[in-house]
Amino acid sequence: MGAGHGHRLHYHGHSRVHRAPAHRKLVVLLAFVLLVVATPREWFWAHAGYAALVVGVILAARVPLGYIARRMVVEVPFVVFAVLMPFVATGPRTEVLGLSLSEPGLMAAWALLAKGTIGVMSSLTLAATTEPADVLDGLRRLRMPELIVQIMAFMIRYLDVVTADLGRMVVAMRSRGVDPRSPRHWPALARTLGALFIRSYERGERVHLAMLSRGYEGAPRS
Amino acid sequence: MTEPVSEPSAPVLDVRGLAYAYPDGHQALFGVDLQVRRGERVALLGPNGAGKTTLVLHLNGILGAGSGHGAGSVRVSGLPVEKAHLAQVRRQVGIVFQDPDDQLFMGSVRADVAFGPRNAGLRGAELEDRVQEALALVGMADLADRPPHHLSFGQRRRVAVATVLAMRPEVLVLDEPSSNLDPASRRELADILRSLEVTVLMVTHDLPYALELCPRSVVLSDGHVVADAPTLEVLTDADLMRAHRLELPWGFDPRTVGPGPVGSVGP
Repeated sequence: MGAGHGHRLHYHGHSRVHRAPAHRKLVVLLAFVLLVVATPREWFWAHAGYAALVVGVILAARVPLGYIARRMVVEVPFVVFAVLMPFVATGPRTEVLGLSLSEPGLMAAWALLAKGTIGVMSSLTLAATTEPADVLDGLRRLRMPELIVQIMAFMIRYLDVVTADLGRMVVAMRSRGVDPRSPRHWPALARTLGALFIRSYERGERVHLAMLSRGYEGAPRS
Repeated sequence: MTEPVSEPSAPVLDVRGLAYAYPDGHQALFGVDLQVRRGERVALLGPNGAGKTTLVLHLNGILGAGSGHGAGSVRVSGLPVEKAHLAQVRRQVGIVFQDPDDQLFMGSVRADVAFGPRNAGLRGAELEDRVQEALALVGMADLADRPPHHLSFGQRRRVAVATVLAMRPEVLVLDEPSSNLDPASRRELADILRSLEVTVLMVTHDLPYALELCPRSVVLSDGHVVADAPTLEVLTDADLMRAHRLELPWGFDPRTVGPGPVGSVGP
């Protein structure tokens, strides 16, 4: 149906970054993000260095920067929050372009934007260079409990199915004159989401039936 | 295929006096009798809500006395479908569900086909052989490493059949195998089903498909078996068809088509 193939985050390639073992990439990503978060926000040059490092890895992986940039829209809610902070925060104020802004607010906004952007960029780099199945294998190798890995595997498997379900429901709404973007029609959208939840829940039950039918006895086996 | 444990003349599927009411009180089956012998291909016909799916879910013990109010018995190769034998029964009765997305839940075709045999305790090279064998039977051996959601609908249906064949069942139960398939995929699936040396029970609304593949048809209506006869006979019995909301596609005349290729019916 309308939905394209999965892999909306993965960028096919054969670079060294692509070929590196997934569990190492996961450990490096986690350590890197912790380091970025732990760096004092006054160390501006350090953040510039981190950003340059991530860009360097993206280039080494031969993933187009635009590919990563377009997927960074997930960060938008945080950006909105960061932009608001200098206006609403308290403390000593300073003049910027004729606006009175809070100094601690500006610092907090900078920290949120810088650390958030670097974190999202590096996570997207991992997603772009590692197949979802390899990420799961990596987590398994890092001793993530099997049950959690299984749940994540189901999430990856059924994300497209549920998205396609939602897509069809939205098309059906539009065909009957409901525009899901207009606040006037949000009640209808909310009911659609409720129906989507029920559908997904029932699908879960059918999947469980199919698992039982093939001898599944309650415990996931690796 | 595995050898039968019981004497060869015993039916593979033996349903006797099966009645069942769901916990909410809705009674779906009223004393159903159904015997299917080794190597037969039988179509289970009936209008929506006739109890076909309820019957199918009894065949491998998903539904039963434990999940509602029931009477009667189901035996698979002489083995009663009861809690003590569920694991074996589920190896012997392979159900292919209607929506392949419900059946293919692992990250790759290979992992999905391996799921059943792995639950049965197979590992290593033996498991891999079993997966390859099942995929080869449905002509999907080349796509073993693809994630299921990247396959076409017809391919997913075929992989769903393979996931069940990998358990080497004695009976293959298919729920609406031809639904949502384009004509070419529908024919390819028919070729595959004909090539399998396994007993088949096929739930379908696709009457030409039933005629093509199944020499015998059972009609279920309102929880009762109302007909059990050669498919051609059922499809040409106008009164029976009308009484149970069965309709042939426009322009399709079973008399001019005749029964399906008889030579390919099991051993």
